[in-house]
Amino acid sequence: MTLKLGVPSKGRLMEKTFDWFGARGIALSRTGSDREYSGAVDGIEGVELVLLSAGEIPRELSAGRIHLGVTGTDLVREKLVQWEQKVEPLAELGFGHADLIIAVPAAWVDVTTLDDLDAVAAAFRDRHGFRLRIATKYHRLVREHLRRGGVSDYQLVDSQGATEGTVKNLTAEAIADITSTGETLRANHLKVLDEEPVLRSQATLFRSRKAPMAGTDRDALRELEEMLGV
Amino acid sequence: MISIAEERAEAVRLRARFVEEGAQNVDCAILQPAETLLDLYGEDIRARAYVTHDPARGEVMLRPDFTVPVVQMHMETRAAPARYTYCGEVFRRQEDDPDRASEYFQVGYELFADRSPAQADAEVFAIFADVLAPHGLRAVTGDIGILASAVQTLEISEPRRAALMRHIWRPRRFRALLDRYSGRTPPPNARKALLKAEDPLRDAGPMIGLRSEAEIAARIDALRADAAEGPLCRSQVELIDTVLSVRETCPFALEHLHDIAVDLPGLTPAVERFEARCDAMAARGVDVDALEFEASYGRTSMEYYDGFVFGFLQPGRPDLPPIATGGRYDALTERLGQGRAAPAVGGVIRPGLLLQMGGRA
Repeated sequence: MTLKLGVPSKGRLMEKTFDWFGARGIALSRTGSDREYSGAVDGIEGVELVLLSAGEIPRELSAGRIHLGVTGTDLVREKLVQWEQKVEPLAELGFGHADLIIAVPAAWVDVTTLDDLDAVAAAFRDRHGFRLRIATKYHRLVREHLRRGGVSDYQLVDSQGATEGTVKNLTAEAIADITSTGETLRANHLKVLDEEPVLRSQATLFRSRKAPMAGTDRDALRELEEMLGV
Repeated sequence: MISIAEERAEAVRLRARFVEEGAQNVDCAILQPAETLLDLYGEDIRARAYVTHDPARGEVMLRPDFTVPVVQMHMETRAAPARYTYCGEVFRRQEDDPDRASEYFQVGYELFADRSPAQADAEVFAIFADVLAPHGLRAVTGDIGILASAVQTLEISEPRRAALMRHIWRPRRFRALLDRYSGRTPPPNARKALLKAEDPLRDAGPMIGLRSEAEIAARIDALRADAAEGPLCRSQVELIDTVLSVRETCPFALEHLHDIAVDLPGLTPAVERFEARCDAMAARGVDVDALEFEASYGRTSMEYYDGFVFGFLQPGRPDLPPIATGGRYDALTERLGQGRAAPAVGGVIRPGLLLQMGGRA
């Protein structure tokens, strides 16, 4: 048996993760051709690298098919019901910062809070005959946030990409999406509400509470945790 | 563990009791159009019900309860008075509480009667009390209509009243609105800046989306009017608090509410309706003197009830869901009937919980 570590398979998130582990004496690398998703681990015995899409890592952790995984807090919270019972966060890695926010057209000078959004949603429904649409792919997190904020008369419409464009394209009145700098929002004439974001997210190393471990895996995990200082 | 077969047998037995009381046995489709339910309950229902997709009908929902389809069925004939009973599975997602059942039986009794709501309320409650009598449950009653009429009598502008009425089932939001109107919470700084600006829309930038500039301007006017309106008098807020804190047996609650109505005369018709219901219940043999009344009962969990509400609970187990719940839902029928109400009161029993309780006793 080996301890399986799931890491995002491409892009900056993969590189930064490799750097983070490298700085702690564990060299992660991709092997084979650029197109082949296999990897190697040097500096520790009994740990295997599994390259996966960041969006699939929460599912693999909760199914116990990997022991450790690096992914965003946002994805874990959105995809796993009762996430605390399935995974344990071991370390925040200090990159991949992103906030899940609610944004409305910048021209809505009368809207800065969830209370405003709720009042506007009621008026919008009266006027247009349907519930104000908020485009997002984070359905559970956003719905729970709006419920706690007492917002009603809205509907969530699914948007898996180019969410910032939905308002201009008249398929939504507002959006809820991940943003790191806000530049895309500004370019699309949107503004963030003046409130705490729905969620602050960053790349985080999680341990699966569901993955079966043999004695040697426990030893490997202890050694890994020691090297990582988590 | 109670088997599905046992739960079904108990449900059928209870339904037979309702048939004896004169109800007509009806059934409803398990797959319900999602749109109707989403329009009534809002997006929150997605967290509580199973939504699935049909290639031809679009989004459909596994029925989370029978009330909406029974009302729709009744609307086709509108013959009143009408009494219906049904039994079958309902489906509820349990995201926050996976240990709770996500599929269970409900047995219901619904009464549509245009006249004498007090009599209708009393009939439904008395039947539930009778059917459940062997189980030694604790009955609690309430009346959302009393809070609603207290809001109707407040000395505030119509937009403020409408906002309070809209959030009557969301206690936290309702409270936040009262705090704002009474000046206890100051408006956010962004609001103050907006109201101070001579032409707030001057630097608004490009107008995008369906909500038009005229709609934004209209809301700014409404906010200005709201700011010009004086604060809601503290004594009025206290009256609402007093109404909400009424929690005693029916005769004392009634006396208490009559006292409050001295300061809030608009409350009198609602209190008289409560009194008429108590009389009607007593005439049906309900021990009204011992019956609990809580003015805030049913505000959080029973969002379509707008008048009388009741629940039957396991004594000493407030952590468990009620064994039976019910109430009056005139406004729901009005929305489903496109403005034409069909006054109705009804309730459901969960036979699975009854059996579980029996096993423990």
